[in-house]
Amino acid sequence: MSWAALLGLAAGSYALKAVGPLLLGDREPSPPLARLLALLAVPLLAALVVVQTLADGERLVLDARVPALIVAALCVWRRAPFLITVLAAAATAAGLRALAG
Amino acid sequence: MVTGRSRPAYAADALGIGVATGVYGISFGVLAVGAGLSAVQACAMSLLIFTGGSQFAAVSVLGAGGSAATAAVNALLLGVRNSAYGLSLASLLGGSVGRRAVAAQLIIDESTAMARGQEDPHEARGAFWLTGISVFVCWNLGTLAGAVAGDGLGDPARLGLDAMFPAAFLALLAPQLRQRGAPAAALAGALIAVVLVPLTPAGVPVIAASLGVLAAVRVREARR
Repeated sequence: MSWAALLGLAAGSYALKAVGPLLLGDREPSPPLARLLALLAVPLLAALVVVQTLADGERLVLDARVPALIVAALCVWRRAPFLITVLAAAATAAGLRALAG
Repeated sequence: MVTGRSRPAYAADALGIGVATGVYGISFGVLAVGAGLSAVQACAMSLLIFTGGSQFAAVSVLGAGGSAATAAVNALLLGVRNSAYGLSLASLLGGSVGRRAVAAQLIIDESTAMARGQEDPHEARGAFWLTGISVFVCWNLGTLAGAVAGDGLGDPARLGLDAMFPAAFLALLAPQLRQRGAPAAALAGALIAVVLVPLTPAGVPVIAASLGVLAAVRVREARR
């Protein structure tokens, strides 16, 4: 990747982030819009969970990430700290892959 | 942020998220160098782009032999969700233009989710800044370590690093499910994404899943 492309990508990424804080400023969006925007992260995060668990490029696969996610869900349910949750998931996937050889 | 009072409840989580992000920052550094970027470029991406999903997407395209333009479009598509986060946080992130400009760079999944997880606006602001700074520092240190170590670390999948992502996003999602309509929105988002994975290029399913928020609107209207 050339430096020009990298810096262009960085500028674009920053512009996407800055739209809200710099253009909207302190003005409150209307209450229905605010509620909608507050909820926007929910379907996106849920999508990230399933995509990061099931997608391999453009294919859906079932692999060690699925039991790892189940372990993570148990950790979240038991209110384990964030770090314990992600480490338990990584250990589950790594352990299963080592067993599968 | 840090006053003489006892540490806020979110502080341990914010630091924990930072450390966890640092660990997968290492895997980003390793993957970026493996995809042909220099170590300096890998570090520049983490400093200037600072949104993990976009960075991994760009590097995976480059590693598969794709053009820089394809890599950038993919990364920007994934970055669109930061616009939604920024719009939803705008009223929370007040202050001078300079302060808002710095806050903008810290808008990512983790800082947004932590802010949304607090009920009190003052705590939400504190959680945003502490999580953003914690993740920024750890993500960049991790990237540097990974880029310098190169491929000496071995296969990220063998270490289970890939399984950390869904676990992290699930942990970030859970506290947000208390909002009214949120479970319906989460279910709709997950369904949209999983259906679109085989049908659309990488990055599109997560963007399209934002439409899942309409499911929450429908739930509200039905209850009226």
